[in-house]
Amino acid sequence: MDKSQKHKCEACGKDIEQEVLIKNLNVCPYCGHHEYIGCRRRLDITVDEGSFKEMDSDMRSVDFLKFRDLKKYSQRLEEAREKTGLSEAIITGEAGIEGYGVAIGVMDFGFMGGSMGSVVGEKIKNLCNRSIKNDIPLIIFSSSGGARMQEGIISLMQMAKTVSSVGRVMACNIPYISVITNPTTGGVSASFSTIADIIIAEPGALFCFAGPRVVRQTMKKDIPDDFGLAERNLANGQVDMIVSRSDMKETLARLIRLLRG
Amino acid sequence: MDLKKIEKVSKIYLKELISSFAKIDKLKKLRFFSGIHFKDALSQFNKRIEKYSRATRESNKVWNKVELSRSGERPQCRDYIKGIFEDFTELSGDRLTGDDSSIVAGLGRIGGRTVAVVGHNKGRNTNERIKHNFGMGIPQGYRKSCRIMKLADKFGFPVITFIDTPGAYAGLEAEDNGQSAAISGSIRLMFELNVPVISVLIGEGGSGGALALAVGDEVAMLENSTYSVISPEACSAILWKDSTGKKLAARALRITSKDLLKLGAIERVIHEPIGGAQKDPGRMIKIVKKYINDALGRLGKYQPEQLRLKRAEKFENIGFFTYG
Repeated sequence: MDKSQKHKCEACGKDIEQEVLIKNLNVCPYCGHHEYIGCRRRLDITVDEGSFKEMDSDMRSVDFLKFRDLKKYSQRLEEAREKTGLSEAIITGEAGIEGYGVAIGVMDFGFMGGSMGSVVGEKIKNLCNRSIKNDIPLIIFSSSGGARMQEGIISLMQMAKTVSSVGRVMACNIPYISVITNPTTGGVSASFSTIADIIIAEPGALFCFAGPRVVRQTMKKDIPDDFGLAERNLANGQVDMIVSRSDMKETLARLIRLLRG
Repeated sequence: MDLKKIEKVSKIYLKELISSFAKIDKLKKLRFFSGIHFKDALSQFNKRIEKYSRATRESNKVWNKVELSRSGERPQCRDYIKGIFEDFTELSGDRLTGDDSSIVAGLGRIGGRTVAVVGHNKGRNTNERIKHNFGMGIPQGYRKSCRIMKLADKFGFPVITFIDTPGAYAGLEAEDNGQSAAISGSIRLMFELNVPVISVLIGEGGSGGALALAVGDEVAMLENSTYSVISPEACSAILWKDSTGKKLAARALRITSKDLLKLGAIERVIHEPIGGAQKDPGRMIKIVKKYINDALGRLGKYQPEQLRLKRAEKFENIGFFTYG
């Protein structure tokens, strides 16, 4: 990519030089809007350099329902893999955060809207088992439109599966911190991401069960501009704190220190 | 080419068929295009029509089930409660902010023992439906349910849930009050129960709002009930970008009791009287009562700790994936 290229901020519309945007962790230097960031880059800026050891990197989704809408599910998967260079909507593994060992999962909205199917569910389960086995805190960055429709009822069951898995971690008195990033909705917001000791949200992240379009349709009237946003959730008591991307690593380390007594 | 067959194909497929028909038509006009290739293309086209009309027929069948599962004529949660449990006593409120009349909760007796009962109630006529918010739960409802389930856990009462909801309510207040956390909290609590949990889908099993009450040791579906991650209408609007695809979506999502049993997402299908539960509600309720009694017997063999472990293991083992 040409580094002198300009990028228009999605929120304030100001032009940002690509180089500045990258240096600023994909946060607009003018208005502080947090833009999409892929899961690999997220890991780079969150965990100690070279500490990440990926788990289940070769786990793949299968089109067990032979689901076909305008495209086949298998084709959508192939396209998502090609587009993102990822194998699925979450990447999981062990890493260090300021020296603390953690079991960390990071979702990527770029892979089929971060939707949760069997692989996302199984990877989270394995991550939870690792957290328990090594007695290390669990951290999951969520970013998802919800359950993956192409896996039908099995995707709904991943909600139960992941809640059970993170519940086992918490029952062992191991800290679990959920980080909500834009957007976290539907089957992910109503499962593992809201079952945590601490819930952190990134500024401006959409965090709701039903999205604004659906709610507007149901209510048949306009809804507030800040519907479902992190700040409104904070005011409503649904998250512990809002933490900007640049402060995330330090905050996670501090929380682990506090929770570990 | 059989044009009558095309007429019966779902609108969604028509565009594709028409465009490939136009291509074949063009081929026909090419001077150097050999007859063999043309025949090939034509026979493939006919095969596609055949495939699409079969898909359309199947979709229509599934759609009939969807309509039946939503029918107001079917027995509802309150009918089952009245017909199955003695001394049923309804309990209200989440002790935090209010009550939700779309979710019924209380204690009752069956086979000489006390059980806790929780379920969605849609309501039958317009007034009832408005009162019960069409069976769409709000956080107060899921939190009330949690409160009653905790009560059951404390006294060692089994928990019976009836599921019949289009989904959790998608409203501003519900969101502001933490709809997501209310649902995930209900799912989590059900995993923590040390008592037998039996879940019966009696009509429409809509998404997270249904799952919130369906984390059972045994999950059973009435033959004509449905259970889906998203409503066929919403799925069609998102994936087909067209609401006329709802029937195709209903088929693709595999939402019938038979499908779910095959996929291992539920334990049992409860057969309905011929023509459906609405034809003979009294008999339907008796069949469900027998099922609950039998299930209580089956689950009664397990120690509390065993129940919890088995429940977690069962749900945590659901999923299809591969390596490599």
